[in-house]
Amino acid sequence: MTILDGYEMVVGLEVHTELKTVTKLFCGCANAFGSAPNTNVCPVCLGLPGSLPVLNRGAVELAMAIGTALGCSILPSSFHRKNYFYPDMPKDYQISQYDEPINVGGTLELPDGSTVRIERAHLEEDTGKTTHVGASGRIHGAERSLVDYNRAGVPLVEIVSAPDITSAAQARAYAAELRSILVATGASDGRMEEGSMRVDANVSVRRVGDATLGTRCEIKNLNSLRSLQRAVDHEAERQSELVAAGGRVVQETRHWDEVAGTTVTMRSKEEAYDYRYFPEPDLLPLVPEDPWRDRVAAELPALPAARRTTLLALLGEPTPSQRDQVLSVVELGIDAMVTSAVSSGVDPARALSRVANEVAALNGAETLGVDDVVTVLSMEQAGELSATHAKAVLADLVEHGGDPRELAKRRGFEQLDASSLDATIDEVVASFPDEWTRYCQGDDKLAQFFVGHVMKQTKGQADGKAVIAGLASRRSR
Amino acid sequence: MTSLSREDVAHVAKLARLALSDEDLERYTDQLRAVLDHARDLEAFDFESTAPTAHPFAAAAYLREDVVVEGLDRDEVLNQAPAVEDDRFCVPQIIGDAP
Ligand SMILES: [Zn+2]
Repeated sequence: MTILDGYEMVVGLEVHTELKTVTKLFCGCANAFGSAPNTNVCPVCLGLPGSLPVLNRGAVELAMAIGTALGCSILPSSFHRKNYFYPDMPKDYQISQYDEPINVGGTLELPDGSTVRIERAHLEEDTGKTTHVGASGRIHGAERSLVDYNRAGVPLVEIVSAPDITSAAQARAYAAELRSILVATGASDGRMEEGSMRVDANVSVRRVGDATLGTRCEIKNLNSLRSLQRAVDHEAERQSELVAAGGRVVQETRHWDEVAGTTVTMRSKEEAYDYRYFPEPDLLPLVPEDPWRDRVAAELPALPAARRTTLLALLGEPTPSQRDQVLSVVELGIDAMVTSAVSSGVDPARALSRVANEVAALNGAETLGVDDVVTVLSMEQAGELSATHAKAVLADLVEHGGDPRELAKRRGFEQLDASSLDATIDEVVASFPDEWTRYCQGDDKLAQFFVGHVMKQTKGQADGKAVIAGLASRRSR
Repeated sequence: MTSLSREDVAHVAKLARLALSDEDLERYTDQLRAVLDHARDLEAFDFESTAPTAHPFAAAAYLREDVVVEGLDRDEVLNQAPAVEDDRFCVPQIIGDAP
């Protein structure tokens, strides 16, 4: 699944992100995922006659935060009506920004050092959710769709990249980095599976060295970073094979079929939409003033790139696998656990490894409180919990919540201080004099035998590494 | 600039889901042509030194605070719909994908 030799791909991404506001973009209805159908609706978002849109300050501020984080210019902007007939939009038009978007120009630097230019990041409203009923094969008239307008009017920002992306892996890296930025700014929860972040990919191919762009196809239905990468790879392969065989790429929208691993055509050119954009007469131009823009910039939290730099600096001279771990904890948004643990005295390499391996593997890791994780890692660092016990307490925290010390106690992970561990090791060594002699003569395999007995005596509360260290120091005496 | 054609009007009518008879099409083409010709009177002015205007008022958008305002009762809303199923608006079969 890869592009033919002699061809290169040119990819641009359009990312739609729902904003984490309290209310919708143009009305005071709650912006809430998972409410009962049609409970967050009013005359404005139902498109009832005589209703008027009023812009949400919170949505504008989040759009400005996104623009600032991407290095865009935040400009005076205006709204247009994008007209089309589809039951997900009761007004029969979507209010969007057209020729004067709020954020223009910008750059996203990826972890590998490459950069992708941002063309624009504009505000618009989301549509309602349609559910199609009726299996295929039923009589024509029996098929119908059900519409829930809770999502209609929820604020979105659409971020459009320049066609600067040259590989499927880079497309994935761009979407991952953008998602981390959206989460960091508090603009979005970045959940692709729930549809709060949606990615469309514009893919074209050309012969290496050609200056002109090939005809592009837009790929939709990319529900995860993995689908994005697979779909871009597949589409570039399809187009390069088509062109190499003397065919021509038709400009069209294609749907990614995750199961089949292919893209399929959705819509022919004849059906191309004509949206008849015109200025929204019910909204005045949006003019964010300088003090507001300055405040948004000043309040912008640390972005993923800066957070990676911080972690790498803590490690001093990170190994390649530690670099990967840094990338992954920042991508998962759980890097604050590492930095906080390190400030509480936990060894940086241990903190990174625990968070990147044990914590990241937990289902719901991002719901863990940073302080709780720091407590567990500190307890482990102080020898109060073994590595295995620390893992168990973290799992308990995700599952039940609560106080980590309490959870450790309830599990019977009593504090095993250094002196009682020493006493137990002495006791075990004394009980097995023959094995001890062989160990002292260099039979290292016997270390596990002693660890096993110490574990048995301490009901698993000893730290295996501490026991081995204790054995080694006794042998060298 | 070429004048509005009958085909232009037919195209716009199709996009707006309006079924126009030949007679309607004739009449609206004449009327819309007159409207556009009137707008063309603006070409008599010199706009070289005028900045593009998005809105006639010299005012910026009023912004609402991000606070929930109670909307409509669901039963009241769904009672207005021709068909309802599972607390959702029920619409006839949709041809084609969402734009
Ligand atoms: Zn509403």
